[in-house]
Amino acid sequence: MTQLALVIDLNVCVGCHACVTSCKEWNTSGPAGTMCDDNPYGESPTGTFFNRVQTYEVGVFPNTETVHFPKSCLHCEDPPCVPVCPTGASYKRENDGIVLVDYDKCIGCRYCSWACPYGVREIDEHEKVMKKCTLCVDRLYDESLPEAERKPACVMACPTSARLYGDVHDPESEVSVAIRENGGYALMPEWGTKPSNHYLPRRKTRLHIHEDELQRADNPLTKEQREHAAPVEGPILDDTTSW
Amino acid sequence: MHPAFSVVFLTTLIGVGQGLFLAVFTGQSYSAVELLPTEDSVMFYGTGAMIALGFLVAGLIASVFHLGRPERAWRAATRWRTSWLSREVIALPAVMGLVFIYAIMHYFGWDTVIFTSSTGARLQATLVVGTLGAVATFALFLCTGMIYAAVKFLQEWATPLTVINYLLLGTMSGFTLAVAFASYTAPDLVGFFAVWTTIITVAAFITRMASLIRNNNIKYKSSMQTALGIRHSQIQQKSMGFMGGSVNTRDFFHHKTLMFMKNIKWIFILLVFPIPLFFMWMGINSGNSNVMLTAFIIQYIGLLAERWFFFAQANHPQNLYYQTVG
Repeated sequence: MTQLALVIDLNVCVGCHACVTSCKEWNTSGPAGTMCDDNPYGESPTGTFFNRVQTYEVGVFPNTETVHFPKSCLHCEDPPCVPVCPTGASYKRENDGIVLVDYDKCIGCRYCSWACPYGVREIDEHEKVMKKCTLCVDRLYDESLPEAERKPACVMACPTSARLYGDVHDPESEVSVAIRENGGYALMPEWGTKPSNHYLPRRKTRLHIHEDELQRADNPLTKEQREHAAPVEGPILDDTTSW
Repeated sequence: MHPAFSVVFLTTLIGVGQGLFLAVFTGQSYSAVELLPTEDSVMFYGTGAMIALGFLVAGLIASVFHLGRPERAWRAATRWRTSWLSREVIALPAVMGLVFIYAIMHYFGWDTVIFTSSTGARLQATLVVGTLGAVATFALFLCTGMIYAAVKFLQEWATPLTVINYLLLGTMSGFTLAVAFASYTAPDLVGFFAVWTTIITVAAFITRMASLIRNNNIKYKSSMQTALGIRHSQIQQKSMGFMGGSVNTRDFFHHKTLMFMKNIKWIFILLVFPIPLFFMWMGINSGNSNVMLTAFIIQYIGLLAERWFFFAQANHPQNLYYQTVG
């Protein structure tokens, strides 16, 4: 069975927020209605966002590392937000595993947002229904788009290709290979939600130089030094003469 | 979590309604086996059930304010197979309906004796409806408690103590009101209800303290390390991704100081347990109904604080992602 998901490479993300803005731009312009955006240029802007990039500092100065961390719905294989929904508005699609909200059924009780440990469900303060990342389901199957563009807006926008998109159940897909070969992991595994989105860890590029590579074992000079004559025993001219 | 006042009022008000109905029905079932004198159908059983219904309706009205789209609330009854919230949405009208039928049967005297035992115990039609109502009431307590206890990420709630506390605190407040109500309408039941109120209050005190102690020593399963998947003991958030607020910063934290939390805890412990008991027994000793009613009012205010604290104390793991504005 297909499970569409994102793989986010923390080694590559530069924290530019392009995925955040392109997500909002695409999803606020769609047929599902706008995502509220109050006071956008004022003192305390607020609004609905499906995707955010956060920044963390790991370690203690001077040994620190900055990690940019994009976070959106992880489209869990066992989504805890779905069974708690009293109306069935929150559901997981059988055919591609995307977790969606039916905006026409949602009563805005917020129970699903309590039941999501990742905090990726938000109530839209204007439409009064729960909203979350749709994995741009309105792009994925849209045949009016060129095939190369039938993927989430955030993936399209990422300038460093830190966001990969594909079927994590297909072992040969780009995302599965990336997870398998680059140590992809899930967030908060302790809750058994089995998130479909995976993260690739930071990877250090280290240069390993062996001593042999700095000094040739068969250096002819070394050979010559070894064959120096043994020091002369007894007094020599240097002992008696000060030039 | 951010305590929503709609939910604080919903859970406390229906608790009173359920408790009062249980008290009235307990009185009737004791009288059926002639352990207590039978009271006036209209004055005591009928009016008592109607007051209980009033509290249930008030709770239902409060709950509407919690919904973004209350006009679609009927849909919430559809997912009872998986959702405790959906089950509550079914149980609450069921309780209200049965309490209403129980009340009007008493009002209009539709109370045929179905069966009389050789010892003189009578099975009346109202007793059958009342039993169904009591079962529905307990089911409603279970649903309300499980809504919170079933969210495993909120570790302060994910315990059977949550359900037990909803049951005992609700029943306690209803019985406290029943004492005052009986003193106006059926004075010979005051002692009976007062003893039960004392027993339930002590039991509720024990289980609520147990949950406070449990939550004091809670070990959180999630940490910055599991939230980000980075294996380092020193991780600091530098930016949550935005400067203004969002649902994530508003809905999952109480935004009060530690001092406030500590104070409200002691306030509710005093207002819910010892002070109402003191006022209730003082009212009984002096025969002053108004003092008994005061006991209930104080206890209800305490329960509002208790419920506020219950919500505020729960620490949602999503807060790990929202610690620093930057």
